[in-house]
Amino acid sequence: MMPQGPYSDIVMDHFMNPRNMGEIENADAVGEVGNPACGDVMKLYLKIEDGKIVDAKFKTFGCGAAIASSSITTEMIKGKTIDEALKISNEAVAEALGGLPPAKQHCSVLAEEALKVAIEDYNKKKGSG
Amino acid sequence: MKRVYFDHASATPVDRTVLKSMKPYFIENFGNPSSILIEEGAIPHRAVEEAREEIAFLVSASKDEIIFTSSATESNNLAVKGLALANRDRGRRILFSDIEHYSIINQADFLRGIGFEIDFVKVDINGMLDMEDLKRKLTKDTILVSVMHANLEIGTIEPIKEIAYFLKEHNILFHSDGAGTCGTIPVNVKDLNVDTMTISPHQFYGPKGIAALYIKKGVRLTPIVQGGYQEMGYRAGTENVPAIVGFGKAARIAMEEMDKRVEKLTLLSKRLWEGLASSIDYIHFTGHPEKRLPGHVSFWIEFVEGESLLLWLNLNSIASSSGSACSSNVLARDETGLKASHVLTAIGVPPEICHGSIAFSLGKDNTMEEVEHALSVMPGIVKRLRDMSPLYERFKKTGVRDYKL
Ligand code: FES
Repeated sequence: MMPQGPYSDIVMDHFMNPRNMGEIENADAVGEVGNPACGDVMKLYLKIEDGKIVDAKFKTFGCGAAIASSSITTEMIKGKTIDEALKISNEAVAEALGGLPPAKQHCSVLAEEALKVAIEDYNKKKGSG
Repeated sequence: MKRVYFDHASATPVDRTVLKSMKPYFIENFGNPSSILIEEGAIPHRAVEEAREEIAFLVSASKDEIIFTSSATESNNLAVKGLALANRDRGRRILFSDIEHYSIINQADFLRGIGFEIDFVKVDINGMLDMEDLKRKLTKDTILVSVMHANLEIGTIEPIKEIAYFLKEHNILFHSDGAGTCGTIPVNVKDLNVDTMTISPHQFYGPKGIAALYIKKGVRLTPIVQGGYQEMGYRAGTENVPAIVGFGKAARIAMEEMDKRVEKLTLLSKRLWEGLASSIDYIHFTGHPEKRLPGHVSFWIEFVEGESLLLWLNLNSIASSSGSACSSNVLARDETGLKASHVLTAIGVPPEICHGSIAFSLGKDNTMEEVEHALSVMPGIVKRLRDMSPLYERFKKTGVRDYKL
C-alpha cells in the first residue's frame, strides 16, 4: 500500500474499505456525536437482541482516523453483549487500528462516545417501552 | 497514472537549470562570501551580488534594497518586528489583515508582550481587504500595516497599490508578504509603493531555505538577528550561497517565462474550475473569481470532509492541500491545531464546515490530461464520501443543513 504519512496500514485499510458502512432501518439504538473542534460527526446504528449487539452500522463525516475508528468499532462490538461493548475504550479502538497520531486520538474518542450515546438511547427506549 | 502534483502553493520542484547553477557553490566555490579579499571568498561574493541583482530586477527594486534571509517566515518576522522596533517612538499600534500567514499572525502575542497593540482588519467574502474596516481601525497611534499580496489558501490577490496609496497619505508603514506573487505574476515594488515585501523562491521553482526581503531605501528597520555585519547589517549570519545562487537563477527564468506560464495556468485552471462546477453539486469556490493567482482553484464541498477528500485524491495519484485543520496538523503533539482555518473563517465559511476545503494549485509542468484525470475521479470520490456522511443523509431526508450558509 502507498505510504500515507502518519497513518498505519490498518487505518488506511479501514478508511479505504470501511466495514459496516450504512444505516440500519428501525435500529434499536442510534448514537450520534460530533466534535465541535474538528467538525466531525459520527452516527452509529445498533440492532440489539437479548442484550446482545447483533448488528452495527455507521455513517461518519470526518477525517481518515474518524472513518477508520468508526469502522473498526462496529467490528469490535458485533456479537458482544451491551456490558462487554461498554467496556471498549478509545484506547482499545486506537490500539486495534495499530495506533493513531497524537492529534488524532480524539477521533477514537468520538467512536467510544458514539457507542455510549447509542447504548443510552437503547436503555431509554427500553425504559419507556 | 503517474503522480499529479496540484500543490504548487506549498512548494514547487526546483528547476533543473536552477539546480545546476547551485552545484558549484557547494564544493568548488565553497568560500565564505565575507572573506572578500581572498579569491575563494570573492567568487561566492560576486555570485551572491549577481543573484541580488536578478531578484531586484524581478520586483523592480534596486540592488541595495534586497536582503537575504532563510525563509519567507524570517522575512515576515524581520519586516514586522524590525519596522515596529525601529519606529516605536512614533506609535504603538499595528494592523494585520485577518488572512495573513501564520508567520505574521503569530507575531501578535510577542508584539503585545513588548508593548504593542495589535488589531486585525476584516476581509470580505472573496478574501479582499475591507478598506472601510481598515479606515475604521486606523488611529493616530498606528505605525504599521501588514497585508499579504496574495493568499495561498484561497488564491485572492489583494489591492496592494490602493491600500498603499491610502496608508501613505497617513504616513503609515506598509509591509506586504509577496511569497505567493513574486516570481508568479508581475510585481513592481515601486509601483505598489510598499515599504517592505517578502520574496520567496520555493513558489517559483527555486530552492527552499532561502528568501529575501525588499526594504525600501530610507526606511528604518531594526535587525532581529544579531551577529556579524552581513546583508548590510540587516541580517547577521553567513549567507546560504548555493541557495542564493539558485534563487537568482529562478528569478531570471521566472522573468523570462512568466507570460507563458500565466497563459498556460489560466487555461488549465479555467477547465478545472468549469469541470468541477458542472460535475459536482453543492460545491462552493473560494477566493476572488477574477483577481486570483493563476492556476489556483480552491473550493469546499458540502457534506464532505477535507482530509478524507485529500486522502482519496492522494490514493488516486493527485496531490492537493486541504484547509482542514485535521489534515494540516496531523503531526501536532496534541489537538491544539484542530481549529478551523482562520482564512476560511475570515471569509465567512461556517466554522463547522471549513474542514471540507481543498486547494488545487497548478504549476508550469501540469498538463490538460492531468486536469482531466482530476475531473474524472472527483465525482466518484465525492459520492463515496457523501454516501457515508450522516450530514448528507439528514440533508437528503429533510432538506435541512446543519449550518447556515
Ligand atoms: S480530526 Fe476530528 S475526528 Fe478526526
